[in-house]
Amino acid sequence: MDRVKGLELTGAEIVVRCLQEEGVEYVFGYPGGAVLFIYDELFKQDKVRHVLVRHEQGAAHAADGYSRSSHKVGVCLVTSGPGVTNAVTGIATAYMDSIPMVILSGQVPTHAIGQDAFQECDAVGITRPCVKHNFLVKDVKDLATTIKKAFYLATTGRPGPVLVDIPKDITAQPCEFVYPETVSMRSYNPVKKGHAGQLKKAVQLLAEAQRPMVYTGGGVILSNAAAQLTELVKLTGFPCTNTLMGLGGYPGTDRQFLGMLGMHGTYEANMAMQHCDVLLAIGARFDDRVIGNPAHFAQNPRKIIHVDIDPSSISKRVKVDVPIVGNIPDVLEDLLKQLGGTKVQDIAPWWKQIEQWRTKDCLKYDRASKIIKPQYVLEKLYEVTNGEAFVTSDVGQHQMWAAQFYKFAKPRRWINSGGLGTMGFGLPAAMGVRLANPGATVACVTGESSIQMCLQELSTCKQYRLPIKIVNLNNRYMGMVRQWQQFFHGNRYSESYMDALPDFVKLAEGYGHRGVLIDKPADVEPALREAFARKDELVFMDFITDQAENVYPMVPGGKGITEMILSEEL
Amino acid sequence: MRHIISILVENEAGALSRISNMFSARGYNIESLTVAPTEDASMSRMTIVTAGSEDVIEQITKQLNKLVEVVKVVDLSEAEHIERELMLIKVRAGAKEREDMKRMADIFRGRIIDVSDNTYTIELTGNGSKLDAFIHALDQGAIIETVRTGASGIGRGNRVLRV
Repeated sequence: MDRVKGLELTGAEIVVRCLQEEGVEYVFGYPGGAVLFIYDELFKQDKVRHVLVRHEQGAAHAADGYSRSSHKVGVCLVTSGPGVTNAVTGIATAYMDSIPMVILSGQVPTHAIGQDAFQECDAVGITRPCVKHNFLVKDVKDLATTIKKAFYLATTGRPGPVLVDIPKDITAQPCEFVYPETVSMRSYNPVKKGHAGQLKKAVQLLAEAQRPMVYTGGGVILSNAAAQLTELVKLTGFPCTNTLMGLGGYPGTDRQFLGMLGMHGTYEANMAMQHCDVLLAIGARFDDRVIGNPAHFAQNPRKIIHVDIDPSSISKRVKVDVPIVGNIPDVLEDLLKQLGGTKVQDIAPWWKQIEQWRTKDCLKYDRASKIIKPQYVLEKLYEVTNGEAFVTSDVGQHQMWAAQFYKFAKPRRWINSGGLGTMGFGLPAAMGVRLANPGATVACVTGESSIQMCLQELSTCKQYRLPIKIVNLNNRYMGMVRQWQQFFHGNRYSESYMDALPDFVKLAEGYGHRGVLIDKPADVEPALREAFARKDELVFMDFITDQAENVYPMVPGGKGITEMILSEEL
Repeated sequence: MRHIISILVENEAGALSRISNMFSARGYNIESLTVAPTEDASMSRMTIVTAGSEDVIEQITKQLNKLVEVVKVVDLSEAEHIERELMLIKVRAGAKEREDMKRMADIFRGRIIDVSDNTYTIELTGNGSKLDAFIHALDQGAIIETVRTGASGIGRGNRVLRV
């Protein structure tokens, strides 16, 4: 640990200095009793900017969206008790998708801990299962090192949120400030390079493959390996599919891309996944929404190569033949080097089969409809934004349609809660995205139910002039719940109808934004064009869409990925 | 299959609950768990007895290694090892039973460590099945109280777990 001569600072000053040292631009937060000293220090400087959200869940999602769209650490600051419990949903969301975040939470003074003090809760205990790691700072002397460790843990290995709980008295105590330049922990040593022997085995399998398939997930995005992945897929000529979290890892417009796979994946991607003979899985975890029933998946024999930074993701749900633990860009560089001089098989027959699957045109929908089809809105969104927008989403049907119809050409453009599936994520995440990418076009694709879960952040958008374009696919139902009830619960739409909806146009106007109601297909494109032309305004577009539309294809829960329900249009 | 997993973990507040949390959150079973500091005060050693298929045990060791405070993990039952557990058992030992009870303790190489007019407290060490056998060998009505530490284990010979 390098030491420079330090000055005497208070704990609160140390917190702010640490954030400055880490190059933190924005802290998303909400003040309260336990963090008053820290807020006082934030007030006295202008390097670290604070974004005042309207609810701590919004702070966590905004920090998360900031991180996902920029590869920087998202930081949030909340007070003790309800401050931190409100943030838990956002922390769990980041944890499930491995997003590097540092959450600073205030705590009651050390002497009051355990006394059921006002606004006390066991923040470390409550967040333990949904963070990569967490700390309670008991001595001001440990404060700077702990914050350093938090940033180090959040960003290295498999990334994730790290919480630092800081009692109020610690923030008032003086201590010499030294920010460690490096930190090492004997119990934490993430690997980088893949094992040479395993790499060799992988190259041999790939060279021999008759029906190869590349399947990649969020790990490719998080580790910034999209360029290497694209090179590898191009070099080999293999087909490629992305998970919901992996979209943008490989250009969505390319011929070798089969679309997203999984529960709402394309017919061709799911068929190829099932029938390939060698599967190269990269930064993906074979989860239930991706491979469906593992026993069904195992019915077709195939060799699996699995590249991941986290050993515990390997052979968790599916037995793997060649595990490669390592940092994905490093592993892909090594694979590229070795594959460069290796001849792969002629896979023309495999492509012929895939092209035949592709002719199914599984995303087809009724284009002659008099009612607005949600898929149509997303196609037009894609056209109007030239495929270059940052798109955040909430959770449900609109999320799946966005994933299917917006062809992401670049990584970090598609921002959604894949693992936890958090409704209410989209709007606050979009705030973080816009702050991380000043001037960028940011769309939040949502539904009338999801948007109401973090609606209060419309106020934050006004305060910080965040001109997000909200694409509200309003079908007056929790659409995905309704779809499951239609398919699996005998059309009994128990509590999935959204009654007593607000007038979203007036609501947007009430917050000082622009609101537009669109209820005819012919108005969709002009409305989008007009909204996106308003560079400095938040526009809330309320699209009244078909209530009965379903997301197809669909693999029912517990079924195999080739047991898809297809659209009646086919 | 029963497995004995030994863990070296940073001696920090919350480390134990991180580990036990992980077991319950992921639905793994804990048959017993013991923990105490080692010769190096900064580190604790934990022994967890669990059961599961090979796949489950592989996941358990991976998930344990993933915890930031865990320094090292080894599945002791993968190779030669020694396992011991301590039991303190309080039994009825009135004038009538006294002799028999003493003999039974001797057979199992137990030691009587406390005596009252009508009870003995016996200390017994061994692997779990020996302690079970002792309990079963007694007249069930004679048992007043038992306390067991859960298994501790160590590798045989040159097999060591240290930093």
